[in-house]
Amino acid sequence: MSTQKIVNLDYAAGKPVDPRVKEAMMPYLEKSYGNPSSLHSMGQEAKNAINQARKQIAELINAEKHENIIFTSGATESNNLAIKGIANRYKDRGTKILTSKVEHMSVVNPIKYLTTKGFDSVFLPVDKFGLLDLDALEKEVDEKTILVTVVFANNEIGTIEPIKEISRIVHAKNAFLHVDATATAGQIPIDVQDLGVDALTISSNDMYGPKGIGALYVRESLRIEPLMHGGGQEKGLRSGTENMPGIVGFGRAAEITKQEMQTNMIKVTKLRDRLIEGLLKPLPYTFLNGHPTNRVPDNVSVRYSFIEGESMLLSLDMNGVLVSSGSACASKTLEPSHVLLATGLKHEEAHGSIMFTLSRESSEEDIEYVIGLMPNIINRLREMSPLTPKELKK
Amino acid sequence: MYSDKVLENFKNPKNTGEIPDADGVGTVGNPVCGDMMTMYIKVKNNRIEDIKFKTFGCGAAIATSSMTTQMAKGKTLEEALQISRKDVASELNGLPPVKMHCSNLAADALHAAIQDYYKKQQTKTEVKK
Repeated sequence: MSTQKIVNLDYAAGKPVDPRVKEAMMPYLEKSYGNPSSLHSMGQEAKNAINQARKQIAELINAEKHENIIFTSGATESNNLAIKGIANRYKDRGTKILTSKVEHMSVVNPIKYLTTKGFDSVFLPVDKFGLLDLDALEKEVDEKTILVTVVFANNEIGTIEPIKEISRIVHAKNAFLHVDATATAGQIPIDVQDLGVDALTISSNDMYGPKGIGALYVRESLRIEPLMHGGGQEKGLRSGTENMPGIVGFGRAAEITKQEMQTNMIKVTKLRDRLIEGLLKPLPYTFLNGHPTNRVPDNVSVRYSFIEGESMLLSLDMNGVLVSSGSACASKTLEPSHVLLATGLKHEEAHGSIMFTLSRESSEEDIEYVIGLMPNIINRLREMSPLTPKELKK
Repeated sequence: MYSDKVLENFKNPKNTGEIPDADGVGTVGNPVCGDMMTMYIKVKNNRIEDIKFKTFGCGAAIATSSMTTQMAKGKTLEEALQISRKDVASELNGLPPVKMHCSNLAADALHAAIQDYYKKQQTKTEVKK
């Protein structure tokens, strides 16, 4: 194991910090320790650095003003701030919140929490590819609806949602639209003005910035209640002394991501499609989860009948390949992924799913190595399995 | 998460496969829950002469199946019925708490196979009568 090469195909779980990002951050871990709230020169230098980062991030998503970027501790906080912040601010207008059945837990659980505080929620269905049912959205969104929150692309199946269409439907009923772009931003172009979103979550580590920093875009005219009360930083929406190294690093990461997006998008998409082809072709009873083409460049989610995801994950790990699984056995709750179930998979199908997430660091060699390994791993586990094609039909 | 012994039994499981002319067959679990196992036993002079398994499930499910078959092989039926889930887990140097219930079904599958053997013997005796 010690000398074995490691092929990371679990980049959605964590990415390395780009050396250029680290370089930008270093002064803020050393000499430039000023507090942007201070009026003296060292404080003002810090303030300028934050504004620079805000601009870099605003440019990545084409926000109308850099002041519309609010720094948070990451995507979970951004989702919480948007959902609870809008709900609490507009509860006099209505109490209904709509979302999809393929959301991250940092969207699901704030909504579940709000339903214990007098709000109503509807989790809208998706089709077999994970695309939101727009008819269901149109039916459910009404004058009582204050917020619709939808993932841009789900991290488990990679399906890109029709945000512009969703925005049109939501705004026709004067509700607000929040989009969780954590697994999307940096991979494909995002233009918040063109899409017409009111709030958008992004995270630093997903674009090779440091962990522990994220942002929420909040459109000018949208007022939200803060979660954190204190010194009034971030326009009063997120009190607390700013995470300077994190903010500066995030800004630089967003800048690099924007500059290199086109190149990386083409490269990673090509690797993704080769991996999908190489996994599906040689083995029967193997299927792709999510949309065949309308998916983020980094995501490959597949399911193998008759076997279970964690045993595939372990087998790959023993060969130096890191992946994650949609199986219950690999989760804390012992339930298979709610996202996979929402696409209509049976429990036993969801159990047999594994997810590969690529990155700009991935190489053709990595992909071919995994494609070469897979048949032996799958055949070994299938030989051990008591399940057969006949039994799955039962 | 897993002990070395669990990983070793997952990597190189013993006694995998079927016994076509088994004297007893036991199946527990179901694919919906994510774990399902079938144990096959061959009995001679009240002893488990041969034992094999087929398992659908996670690493722990496969490792406990492998371990259970190794523990049961050569034992009398009465001794084999004494093998508990707990014994299997401790023989593997422990299992993560979350796996103790869902994936540690192999001892149950063994007991089901032995019960199946008893049942078949009874039927045979009745037919002879």
